[in-house]
Amino acid sequence: MSTMKSINTLWSAGRRQVARIGLGAAAMLTTTLALAVNDLPGGPAVRQLDLHPAVTRIAAEQRGLHYLMLAICGVIFLGVFGVMFYSILKHRKSKGAKPANFHESTTVEVIWTIVPFVIVIGMALPATKVVVAMKDTTNSDITIKATGYQWKWGYDYIKGDGEGVSFVSTLDTTQRVMSDLGKPEGDNYLLKVDNPLVVPVDRKIRIITTANDVIHAWMVPAFGVKQDAIPGFVRDTWFRAEKTGDYYGQCAELCGKEHAYMPIHVKVLSQPDYAKWVEARKKEMAAKADDPNKVWDQVALIARGEKVYSANCAACHQANGKGGGPVKPLDASPVVVDADKGKQIHVVLNGQNNGAMPPWRQLSDTDIAAVITYTKNHWSNQTGQTVQPAEVLAARK
Amino acid sequence: MSAVLDHPGAHAHDEAHDHPHGWRRWVFATNHKDIGTLYLLFSFAMLMVGGILALLIRAELFKPGLQLVNPELFNQFTTMHGLIMVFGAIMPAFVGFANWMVPLQIGASDMAFARMNNFSFWLLIPAAVMLVASFFMPGGAPAAGWTLYAPLTLQMGPSMDAGIFAMHIMGASSIMGSINIIVTILNMRAPGMTLMKMPMFCWTWLITAYLLIAVMPVLAGAITMTLTDRHFGTSFFSPAGGGDPVMYQHIFWFFGHPEVYIMILPAFGIISHIVPAFARKRLFGYTSMVYATASIAILSFIVWAHHMFTTGMPVTGQLFFMYATMLIAVPTGVKIFNWIATMWRGSMTFETPMLFAVGFIFVFTMGGFTGLILSVAPVDIQLQDTYYVVAHFHYVLVAGSLYALFAGFYYWSPKWTGVMYNEWRGKFHFWGSLIAFNVTFFPMHFLGLAGMPRRYADYPMQFADFNMVASIGAFAFGLMQVYFFLFIVVPVMRGKGERAVQRPWEGAQGLEWEVPSPAPFHTFENPPKLNAAANRVLG
Repeated sequence: MSTMKSINTLWSAGRRQVARIGLGAAAMLTTTLALAVNDLPGGPAVRQLDLHPAVTRIAAEQRGLHYLMLAICGVIFLGVFGVMFYSILKHRKSKGAKPANFHESTTVEVIWTIVPFVIVIGMALPATKVVVAMKDTTNSDITIKATGYQWKWGYDYIKGDGEGVSFVSTLDTTQRVMSDLGKPEGDNYLLKVDNPLVVPVDRKIRIITTANDVIHAWMVPAFGVKQDAIPGFVRDTWFRAEKTGDYYGQCAELCGKEHAYMPIHVKVLSQPDYAKWVEARKKEMAAKADDPNKVWDQVALIARGEKVYSANCAACHQANGKGGGPVKPLDASPVVVDADKGKQIHVVLNGQNNGAMPPWRQLSDTDIAAVITYTKNHWSNQTGQTVQPAEVLAARK
Repeated sequence: MSAVLDHPGAHAHDEAHDHPHGWRRWVFATNHKDIGTLYLLFSFAMLMVGGILALLIRAELFKPGLQLVNPELFNQFTTMHGLIMVFGAIMPAFVGFANWMVPLQIGASDMAFARMNNFSFWLLIPAAVMLVASFFMPGGAPAAGWTLYAPLTLQMGPSMDAGIFAMHIMGASSIMGSINIIVTILNMRAPGMTLMKMPMFCWTWLITAYLLIAVMPVLAGAITMTLTDRHFGTSFFSPAGGGDPVMYQHIFWFFGHPEVYIMILPAFGIISHIVPAFARKRLFGYTSMVYATASIAILSFIVWAHHMFTTGMPVTGQLFFMYATMLIAVPTGVKIFNWIATMWRGSMTFETPMLFAVGFIFVFTMGGFTGLILSVAPVDIQLQDTYYVVAHFHYVLVAGSLYALFAGFYYWSPKWTGVMYNEWRGKFHFWGSLIAFNVTFFPMHFLGLAGMPRRYADYPMQFADFNMVASIGAFAFGLMQVYFFLFIVVPVMRGKGERAVQRPWEGAQGLEWEVPSPAPFHTFENPPKLNAAANRVLG
């Protein structure tokens, strides 16, 4: 059904697009001007032609290597095509050129095999040094685990200043709405998140990547970092930011439909500011921590569950609970309305269908209890059931 | 009636070689020329389907924000565009060329296994139908990218299975086609045509066919493991059961890298015929061309993990694959130098085949340079999975493989159809395509350097202008190919145009020019007697 629907929208929209293209270049220019946008410091610049300005030594080395490669390739390009175009201009039949008879020369052929070989070695040597430096993740000051979820990033500070801090970073919801409406706005369109990753300047930060469902990739161009986040495995990379500021990247490995909507925002603070941030964050976490044994009333759980649902579930199951395509509906779902609450708790905790419905163990007991209570008492699901956090805690074991 | 479709009288005397007419001629085709035509028409149809998907992608990316499709459908478009172009358009097109040209070039009467030839073509039809029809299955077409990385493939709907079966069938077809080509080339050359006198197109296809036989089963294995992970409870790639998603990538790219050479080596072969023909001078360094092709093929087996630098390989792994990849530049360079040395002090004219050949050398080399830049692992970390990679592989696959196919069409179509294409139209097709191609793909280098990831349905607004330029170029490029079909291919197929003589190109060498234009239904029924260079028929 949804396929047919999307094809229909596609068809009518396609006709609109054809008409729009028909309007020609002048109309296009006005559209561009309508999209007023400026460079985003630490993110992409308008009509950027080059790699991002380097904020780490590795990124600077990458930039240097890229220039070196461009220069070598440029010289070869000019040389080779200089000869070719000279020949094209001079050795034409229309200019009375008579074909020569030569068709091999061992000397020439040996030379043009050996010379490129030497050039390639000249490229490989400086690159080798950078590879070795890039892969050296030892002696880090702070270690942070970045976990890719469909479609958000989870950050856990696991060693160094800030140890114990942990949060999830999601695209600002207004951005996704703007995208759907086709009305993008702002210099940080699709790059704005609710909770940026915060790190201190001039400290070696080791990022350990992993993922919860499919492969994602954690990328920040200004740091020269791109590392796949692979479910079931851990990989690592590192950076040492030399300037404070905000730096942006996006997920760089196809991870499903919302692939374009899980950006990375790293805020680099001075060391005193970082210490303050850690302190504030820890207080906040202590205040927020829910006691899983607290008994909630249904109304409070449903109110909380609605938020949890729109942040985590609505991307697939839709706000109306109908799902779509392979995503099962929750509205009138036999599992959701079942008298045995354990069934739904089990699915939410452990996932289903090879991870198409991912496990949500990373949510707190209270969040899971809230969202289940919400789904059991929303849309046409008026079961009246309440799931308490303690029940979720028990099911985890 | 059509010249391709009609061969009056040429074989009427020969009862033993009578063949069915009407639809039965094509369904039961065993003639290498008919099967070649079928392959070429099929691949052009798939080029159009893949092209429409590409234009839908470019239409969505014309402006930031979602205008036409939702991200789910967008991912289906990128995935199916890739699969259809690689397995439906480029690979079968080269097999079509091989069917038409290999027997003609080696002086054989037909392909070695005529009925298997028929089967390997007709297998493609159900495979293509199944692949395209997957759009209409519940959940839509596969949306995991043409590389079909696990574990994303494990989340896909039933269309994933259809896609996997389609690729199994296409793989079987490719393997049969390869066996046919190898056996034909090794056993059916006319007396006197030793391997080192064989035309370059046959050499490159011989090597390509071995590559296909070596790697298509590897792909089949990878996608079969995906299938059993999806349905039979295995955990080859599913981390939940202890499987390794990166293992899939290793297996896939062990197929995938030779695959890119499968799509370019026959192109090298075509260019190696056209440049000497229009420079009126023998190919420079024939022997080194053969060795360079073989070296590229062998090296292609030890570079696969350069597609995976960002998966987090150990230092030694990155270094090995970086060095090995850089090495490929050497034999590839040798080929470029040989072509230019062939042009040097020739007596050149620039009919459409030569324009496409020179365009190929120029633009393909740019794709080669970006490949070299990508081989440097630290630079690749910045560029992997961005539009730079998209630009790179379209420079080698469109300006490389597709341009060589166009060059080959213009060069050999007089032999196929018996009429000359319209030269002005051919030149218009060339210049239009060249300009539109570069308008489309050159800005993508900048997008990639600026960090725009590929397979994105929507993007930050700073990327808007280059995306708009690329989209405009893409529509122009698409229109040029429709023009090519309607105003160049259709007329020559219908036999409209100046009659082609037996050797329409002054400098063209090889046995295909020893038979009349259009080539009669049966050629070289008795092994021809060849001159010492094995490029002329004596008597």
